[in-house]
Amino acid sequence: MKQAIELNVNGEPHAALVDTRETLLDTLRYKLGHMGPKEGCGNGNCGACTVVLNGAVVNACLVFAVEAAGADVTTVEGVAAEGTLHPVQQAFIEHGALQCGFCTPGFIMSAKALLERNPNPSEPEIRLAISGNLCRCTGYDKIVRAIQAASQALSQTA
Amino acid sequence: MAEYSVIGTSLAKVDAPERVTGKATYGADLDLPGMLWAKLVRSPHAHARIKHIDTSRAKALPGVKAVITAHDLPSLPKGATAPLVGEVSIDMSAIREIVMASDKVRYHGQVVAAVAATDPFIAEEAAGLVDVDYEPLPVVEDVLQAMQPDAPLVHEDLHTLEEATQERSDQPSNVSTHMVYTRGDVEAGFTVADAVVEKTYTTQMVHQGYLEPQACAARVEPNGRVTLWTSAQGHFTVRTQLVTLLGLPASQLKVVPMEIGGGFGGKALALFEPTAIVLAQKTSRPVKLVVSREEVLRATGPGAPAVITVKAGATKDGKITALTTTMRYDAGAFPGSPVARGLLVGLAPYKLDNMVAEGFDVLTNKPRVQAYRAPGGTPAAFAVEALMDALADEIGVDPLTFRQKNAAEEGDTLPLGMPLNRIGLTEMLKQIETHPCWTTPLEGPHRGRGLALGYWIGGSFTSSAEVKINPDATASIFVGTVDLTGTRTTISQMVADELQLDPQDITITVGDTDSAPFADLSGGSRITYTMSAAAHQASQDVLTQLKERAAEKLKVSVDEVEYQAKRFRAKNDTRNEVSLSELARESVAWGSGPIIGKGSTTRMQPAHAYAAHVADVEIDPETGKVTILRYTCFQDVGKAINPTQVEGQIQGGAVQGIGWALNEEYIFDNGELKNASLLDYRCPVALDLPMIETVLTEVPASEGPYGLRGVGEVPIVPPGAALANAIYRATGTRLYELPMNPERIFWATRGNGTNGSPGTNGSGGA
Repeated sequence: MKQAIELNVNGEPHAALVDTRETLLDTLRYKLGHMGPKEGCGNGNCGACTVVLNGAVVNACLVFAVEAAGADVTTVEGVAAEGTLHPVQQAFIEHGALQCGFCTPGFIMSAKALLERNPNPSEPEIRLAISGNLCRCTGYDKIVRAIQAASQALSQTA
Repeated sequence: MAEYSVIGTSLAKVDAPERVTGKATYGADLDLPGMLWAKLVRSPHAHARIKHIDTSRAKALPGVKAVITAHDLPSLPKGATAPLVGEVSIDMSAIREIVMASDKVRYHGQVVAAVAATDPFIAEEAAGLVDVDYEPLPVVEDVLQAMQPDAPLVHEDLHTLEEATQERSDQPSNVSTHMVYTRGDVEAGFTVADAVVEKTYTTQMVHQGYLEPQACAARVEPNGRVTLWTSAQGHFTVRTQLVTLLGLPASQLKVVPMEIGGGFGGKALALFEPTAIVLAQKTSRPVKLVVSREEVLRATGPGAPAVITVKAGATKDGKITALTTTMRYDAGAFPGSPVARGLLVGLAPYKLDNMVAEGFDVLTNKPRVQAYRAPGGTPAAFAVEALMDALADEIGVDPLTFRQKNAAEEGDTLPLGMPLNRIGLTEMLKQIETHPCWTTPLEGPHRGRGLALGYWIGGSFTSSAEVKINPDATASIFVGTVDLTGTRTTISQMVADELQLDPQDITITVGDTDSAPFADLSGGSRITYTMSAAAHQASQDVLTQLKERAAEKLKVSVDEVEYQAKRFRAKNDTRNEVSLSELARESVAWGSGPIIGKGSTTRMQPAHAYAAHVADVEIDPETGKVTILRYTCFQDVGKAINPTQVEGQIQGGAVQGIGWALNEEYIFDNGELKNASLLDYRCPVALDLPMIETVLTEVPASEGPYGLRGVGEVPIVPPGAALANAIYRATGTRLYELPMNPERIFWATRGNGTNGSPGTNGSGGA
């Protein structure tokens, strides 16, 4: 069964005709052209599809598209403001916090959300905040360091 | 050694901006006009004869455009092979069975049919409507059981190949290959030993755990050529396999490499691409095939498990006198486990005058294993390095000194016969002696420190590069090697230094099979190593061409031209000069012509990589849980082209090894995988780990312009034994089976100190 929905993605209004079995992740990727969120597992185990839905950090693969009707969604494509990378993105680049990059969109979303609610997290707090995101390339060391660096950069500009 | 300004610096990944913004395009991100979605039909039995497949109900579903079975794939003569890398060929008739089973399924989840439909929901529904009539057969799951004479046969017509004589056994067997390497006199060696220790170690099947499930898409072009997009580790390698599998000439195939979300060896073979192509040919529409995470874990090809016996003797002064080992590697349902690599990796750190190394490649009703980072190395090093720890303990020599007394050196012969060129094992072990991770006392109860070594031979094979000069005096590099984790960046750094350009003046493109120069697949820690030679050669070619043009302009001979700071000067009159800018600008002008440099290498000698890991652990005596307090990786990298990337490779590999050691395992029930999700197959998360320290040794490799060694494989090798040895010092109990999860440690420290928990085969499931 199909259903028409409207939602805002990265501040832009969108409309889509979605299958009621379709996930928000599928709609974002295949109906609305936002390929940034990735599907690594499809059941909420890996975090590669992490987006912000009405202010909450969620796995887009665990949300039906019809549940997101009327919602505000932020994906990794909406993190850089007018072509300027967010300090979290900048820190990931500078600290070598990505290799294959497939998990990176999810980590960027989780890390940005962490720093918004806790600007100066401890190392255990960082590790807890990203424990829903799997990375198989880096061993997490450089990701943790990048988030620490982004925290410092943000506190200097604040 | 030459001075470099870009090599040796931690240049940020050149392709990082598109990755942090979600713009990098991976296989599943392809969305082609008119595209159909494919879905695979998989066997619910681990071993069964296929009696009949009825596709009529699936074909009748509206939206279904094609349903195929193995009959729709071109037939292949048994034993048809295709080259993989170097001298290694693969049995394509086996690959065809993995792509789609013809008369028999040999593992749970083996593909038997595929559908293409207008949307993924219809494709999934149609897959469920393919009716397959199976006759279930007895399942053999365990490697030791599979070696018994009365075991169910995975292949009724397979006879053991004796590697030394190249003869086959009379009776069919699940042992596909048996190999023995001997040196010296082990009986005499054991006789003079003051202590001899013999143990058997077991590891489980594990998965590479790449985050991106396999994805590909195929389209038949109007002229009949096929375009294939794939996130494989080598698009030329995929093409080679498709030529054999589908009977298409290479010229009729264009394979386009997509960004790849991790491979670690698991994406080398063309296991999905043939299906996408045949479906595209049947439907005359583009077809995309993306597998689910469950399929990835269940049936794409995990890392091999092994049962390994090691016996070694040493004198009181700490010298190894003899060693024997028997390594039995489980290949899954088709031959080809990395047992030979296991023998090599396990023994390569040591001088062994008297040795017998025996290997068995064994078949079971499990998915055919694929390469996984340092294939075969991790189980072997777990066994050998844990045994060496026990032997050192037995004779009262500390584990580092014991390694130092027996460490292999340049000129020694590796266990499988090759002489070692320059290596840095001795220098690396010296660094451990004084490092705080080794010298700082580890205090407190239930804590222990462990040391283990690792080795990887380092890949060679073919790599090529083209370098051209752009009219604005920048350079573009063109390669045919897939960038798994950062080789675009390291190759750019090399060319930047060779041409004395800023790294931001370099672009690099990974091209498709129509346009890029041929290269073997990315794997085995070979790309940065071999590309150093290819990129160096291409850059020198560019400089030679530029110098020829400069010589003409400066009216001197080519020998008299020198290049510095983007200017070509006559050596004897430095005012007589022409800029790179001018030559570059002219290269696109009428009558001049472009500057294109070429470089290629095909047979470099190995750049052997050695590593040592030191782990401090604390064990919770109530639960058996291991907490890693400190983890330090030492590695001889030859020359770190990009230290941050080298560290990242080491940290990532070490953590995969830590997961293998402590958590990860396939749990089977009559051949069916019971933990086919990333929740139940538990890879390490950030909370499980400390920071991973790295200490780089730089003893230049014998070959290559910069002395670098491939770095990616070896860090996964030592963690199993480093942690097992640390757990022993924390608890007084040795563990002989991976993973060393809380349950296994709990039982082992309560008196069941051999293998696994009571009443199970060691899978740990209650």
